[in-house]
Amino acid sequence: MTNGTKIGCGVGLAILVVIIGFVLWGVGVYNNLVSLDEEVQQAWSQVENQYQRRADLIPNLVNTVKGVANFEKETYTAVTEARAKVNQIKLTPELLNNPAAFQKFQAAQDGLSSALSRLLVTVERYPELKANENFLQLQAQLEGTENRISVERRKFNQVVQKYNTTIRRFPANFIANFAGFREKPYFKAVAGAEKAPKVQF
Amino acid sequence: MKIKSVIIYLLFVVPVWAQPEIPVLKNYANDFTNTLTQSQLAGIDNALRTFDDSTSTQIVFLMINTLNGYPIEMYANETAEKNKIGTKENSNGVLFLVVKKDRKMRIEVGYGLEGALPDALASSILRNEVRPYFRRNDYYHGVVAGLNAIILATKGEYRVKKERRNPNSMSPIFWFILITFLIMLLRSRRGGRGGPGGIIFYGGGFGSSGGFSSGGGFGGGFSGGGGSFGGGGASGSW
Repeated sequence: MTNGTKIGCGVGLAILVVIIGFVLWGVGVYNNLVSLDEEVQQAWSQVENQYQRRADLIPNLVNTVKGVANFEKETYTAVTEARAKVNQIKLTPELLNNPAAFQKFQAAQDGLSSALSRLLVTVERYPELKANENFLQLQAQLEGTENRISVERRKFNQVVQKYNTTIRRFPANFIANFAGFREKPYFKAVAGAEKAPKVQF
Repeated sequence: MKIKSVIIYLLFVVPVWAQPEIPVLKNYANDFTNTLTQSQLAGIDNALRTFDDSTSTQIVFLMINTLNGYPIEMYANETAEKNKIGTKENSNGVLFLVVKKDRKMRIEVGYGLEGALPDALASSILRNEVRPYFRRNDYYHGVVAGLNAIILATKGEYRVKKERRNPNSMSPIFWFILITFLIMLLRSRRGGRGGPGGIIFYGGGFGSSGGFSSGGGFGGGFSGGGGSFGGGGASGSW
């Protein structure tokens, strides 16, 4: 072997090592991104669960209120309509990759929140409802759900922040771009919506 | 230069919203308001630890003075999550929080107990068990009644009651505390080994779970098992 081929082999080996190192690093980054993405999906499904739970509670609430207080129809039809609007939105995993659709989803849910809180405030005027154990329990469930929604939204935002920071950071952003990991949208706080509709009892 | 540093101080050091510090809880029963006596607190602490030892369900009681306007739901959730009440596998933890000066209270329920202790039940416990005592400024009996109902609920035995419970009826946890208190009294009389340092309590019967006796020195302390919370539970006032 001449000196030249020896050097050539050495350089070739060095390049090979660098390439292998690069590939291993890329695989590591990729796998990390996949598990972060999975975490985001999981946090998202918790948010969805809670929204679903709220939607399931509403017919019960509306019926109880209707039965006791035959009052302003508008208030509870507003709730029913807002709920229908929420149900129209198809929940697909694509939602997380489409900021416009995500915003629409959030707007619909926030609309339902405000319709509900208006209903619960109106109910204040009906003492027979406030003495009704069945209604009190429904109200507790609804408050609990609102609180869970805000907790899960907070947790979702935390996970998304971790994910977004990772995919935008140099040099992992190359891998993220290459593998098609996109930034995910956050839940934005609506003025006055951070707090669950509060009803004194 | 001075003005500048004052402005910087105002901008960064003084918080806009006084977020309360989330405490690290060292016991099962914590009273930062000095409302309950030492022996009452020790009795509750011991009962809750015994319950944890036998069921792995961690119930923690915390009483503080005020939240300065901070939402009780957020404070309860953050405290419960920080202290990791409940086991990691089951998330079976409960935090019973009383904010004395604000006259607010909350039962924060871990993920794993949301089925046994749903919001409606938690709300009913606060309204029907705790509130009547608190309205008479009887904090001790209110706390014991609340904790007792929570214990029964996590065992699946507490149901929403239509009638107000007779306030004179003695609850299991009350008996438990009474008995441990008597034992402590007897022991300190006899041997003079007073002080909550190394006394070992021997619990008597504990409700329907049958008489088990368990040792557990005061000062064993609380340590969370890794449970997490999703905002379940209910809030109330008195």
